[in-house]
Amino acid sequence: MEDTDLIILWGSNARETHPIFFHHLLKGVRKGAKLFVVDPRRTSSARWADVWLGLDVGSDIALANAVGREIIAAGLENRRFIERATTGFDEYRKAVQPYSLEYAEKITGVPAEVIRQLAHSYARADRAQLCWTLGITEHHNAVDNVFALINLALLTGHVGRYGSGLNPLRGQNNVQGGGDMGAIPDRLPGFQHVENDELRAKFEQAWDVKIPPKRGWHLSGMFNAMEEGKLRGLYVIGENPVNSEADQGRCERNLKGLEFLLVQDILLSATAQLAHVVLPAAAGWCESEGTVTSSERRVQRVRKAMDPPEGAWDDMAILCNLANRLGHNWGCPSAEEVWNEVRRLSPMNAGMSYSRLESLGGIQWPCYDETHPGELFLHGRLWEDPVVGPPAKFSAVEFEPPVDRLDDNFPLRLTTGRRLESFNTGVQTSRYRSPLRHPEMLDLSPEDGERYGLAEGERVIVSSRRGSAVAPVRFDESLRPGLAFLSVHFPDEVATNVLTIDATDPISGTAEFKATAIRVEKIASPAKV
Amino acid sequence: MDHEKGNVTHRLQAVNPLVPVPRGPVPVIPPASPRRKVRVTVDGREISVPEGTTLLDATRAAGIDTPTLCYLESLTPVNVCRICVVEVEGSRTLVPACSRKAEDGMVVKTDSERVRLSRRLILEFLASSVDVSTSPQVRAYMDRYEVHPERFGPSQAPSDGRDQARAGVHITSDGSQAAAVAQPVKADNELYLRDYGKCILCYKCVEACGPDAQNTFAIAVAGRGFDARISTEYAVPLPDSACVYCGNCIGVCPTGALMFVSEHDLRKAGTWDESRQTSTETICPYCGVGCTLTLHIQDEKIVKVDSPIENGVTHGNLCVKGRFGWQFVQVREKTQSGGDAS
Repeated sequence: MEDTDLIILWGSNARETHPIFFHHLLKGVRKGAKLFVVDPRRTSSARWADVWLGLDVGSDIALANAVGREIIAAGLENRRFIERATTGFDEYRKAVQPYSLEYAEKITGVPAEVIRQLAHSYARADRAQLCWTLGITEHHNAVDNVFALINLALLTGHVGRYGSGLNPLRGQNNVQGGGDMGAIPDRLPGFQHVENDELRAKFEQAWDVKIPPKRGWHLSGMFNAMEEGKLRGLYVIGENPVNSEADQGRCERNLKGLEFLLVQDILLSATAQLAHVVLPAAAGWCESEGTVTSSERRVQRVRKAMDPPEGAWDDMAILCNLANRLGHNWGCPSAEEVWNEVRRLSPMNAGMSYSRLESLGGIQWPCYDETHPGELFLHGRLWEDPVVGPPAKFSAVEFEPPVDRLDDNFPLRLTTGRRLESFNTGVQTSRYRSPLRHPEMLDLSPEDGERYGLAEGERVIVSSRRGSAVAPVRFDESLRPGLAFLSVHFPDEVATNVLTIDATDPISGTAEFKATAIRVEKIASPAKV
Repeated sequence: MDHEKGNVTHRLQAVNPLVPVPRGPVPVIPPASPRRKVRVTVDGREISVPEGTTLLDATRAAGIDTPTLCYLESLTPVNVCRICVVEVEGSRTLVPACSRKAEDGMVVKTDSERVRLSRRLILEFLASSVDVSTSPQVRAYMDRYEVHPERFGPSQAPSDGRDQARAGVHITSDGSQAAAVAQPVKADNELYLRDYGKCILCYKCVEACGPDAQNTFAIAVAGRGFDARISTEYAVPLPDSACVYCGNCIGVCPTGALMFVSEHDLRKAGTWDESRQTSTETICPYCGVGCTLTLHIQDEKIVKVDSPIENGVTHGNLCVKGRFGWQFVQVREKTQSGGDAS
């Protein structure tokens, strides 16, 4: 990030959500990198940008496809890279053909000339980084959004080289590690596919169990299964879906309808309050030993700094104890012993002994053996001659507007996100007294405030097609007319997810938190004088 | 960019999501261009260092502990404290080692009487005007250079007028007391305190808040000469300033002028005891950047959080959540509903 010529931050307010990453980004900017920020809001990140593209919520694919089309039309694509290392280019070229700059301007609201500037700057840069966060992935077509960005990197060859790459910024300290360890429906540890017989057999032999040969449900799939009565018991570890899931009303109905709900958490979250049994857990980052994986694939040690409160156990001790009581023999292994099992079964973690993690301060996967230094970036194989492994595939994708349409009844677009000093549903951050924090407010553009005759601080009824909430309003100049913003940090003050839609991406299962159609109504005012 | 049609030298394999991608080459960072070596003589010993090396690094390479106060590896040198000065043959004045580059043939003396006198004076001025009681570094240097600040007389009483001082208007003391920067502690938020009676004006906080790390620019040096002080815009309280409470200023402060409320309260109560503290490195529980936190624990409670300056992710910096957002592990009741796990 520091040694690059151009940085695109797409659907990310890293200045507030990834502050230390943003330090590195600013070092790049101070060394001369140009910064483009693509975000409906003119965020504190966008204020650092050379160019801010304030697109309409959910129009990302139209913008990306227009950038792709313009790069091709101007002959700026990296033809040699495309031919050597990719497939599907012709199909992609045909698919983006309708996305002229003018057409994209109409859909996205970004002036054609600015889209052109982004296209030319990105294609001409020697090195360029394309980073994104939930502004890309919290949509009903999240995976298509990601494909649209990957296409741009393949088109220009800005991938797999030092200073050039694709960077999805992970929002939680171990969300990458969860995926690494197989906490996703179709993978075993090390991203080994559960439907591959050979890989599955390796785990079956090591664990002496039969592993279901088909992928499971992701979170949204589980809620569908609860609704259909196919899923009747749930074990929730360190998650607070009551406040974090879109369409809170539906989520609560489903959890309450379960025959058995077991919650393991460090605090009595709103979800834990619905549970039949709660297992108090130690805080993973300071009361137990283990590892987490950061956004840049770096496996790092977390260490026990103090004892958990009486009665709270290490997550691993709870799991092993439970397994032992269910008739298995898991014993009570140490964190390092479990990790060494991971190293035996997951090739990408094989070289990461605790002593190496200690002495190197973390290692970026893949790390195949104890002489391997870990890898600073991925996909360098695409630049080998001949290319190592399968080529990278262009994925032609089409723009599709957000599911929750705007109309006369619901004319405002609500988008959600994080604020600097808080985190997710506030289970952790509501416990410290930040001077930055203010009561949760519905952020509106000053123009909309005037249009609706509202005063700052006035409480209004915010309604979507699913529910209503009451919130005071605040005017925020970073918002354009028609756009509103709420966080999910204070579910007790403003139940944002009563409003949001659970239209989900069919592949990733992520809900469209970023695009809700709402209306704002004044609370009946006292009789006029 | 090469637009020539390349030869497709590989046989395209179908992308099969069930099969892991084969192992590729290990990526490398392009090496920096090699630097020419220069030879310098440090205290009579000739050493060879790459061109561009500072005299500070050269003296350290020679095994000499050159004192520094305003210098920090992660910040741009500002040359204000002058404690690192060394004597360079042929130079009229002493030079700051932290920013003067080594040149071929330079002859450097780090411990001459002139250097020692200069360092002693600096430390005497600082220690007579500033409360250095929570700066072990300054106190160690004072011992090393046989510093006697008491010869300037007793310190002036605290004044709450320093924020109003105007450039060019300075009332000099009559000489019976040592001029001092003593002033009331600024306690205007629940996360950290600013005790500028302990401030040696090293500028580190200004740099960490500014272009060297945080780029928030909530503080700067206001005033001139002895009245210079670190200030928010118009000396407003922190909650009215641009401050985002990352605490990166605390992380670089060498004197304890900037301090966690948690540390300050324990010190006030007389229960702050570093001999009873442990420090453990772990990873921040919030976003995915993976910042290393050093948790300082006393009596099973977190009393302070920082990050190692040499860490490649943080360079010692954190955000408000990482530095202050740990209360949640300490508010838990002894036993929670649902019984124990056994």
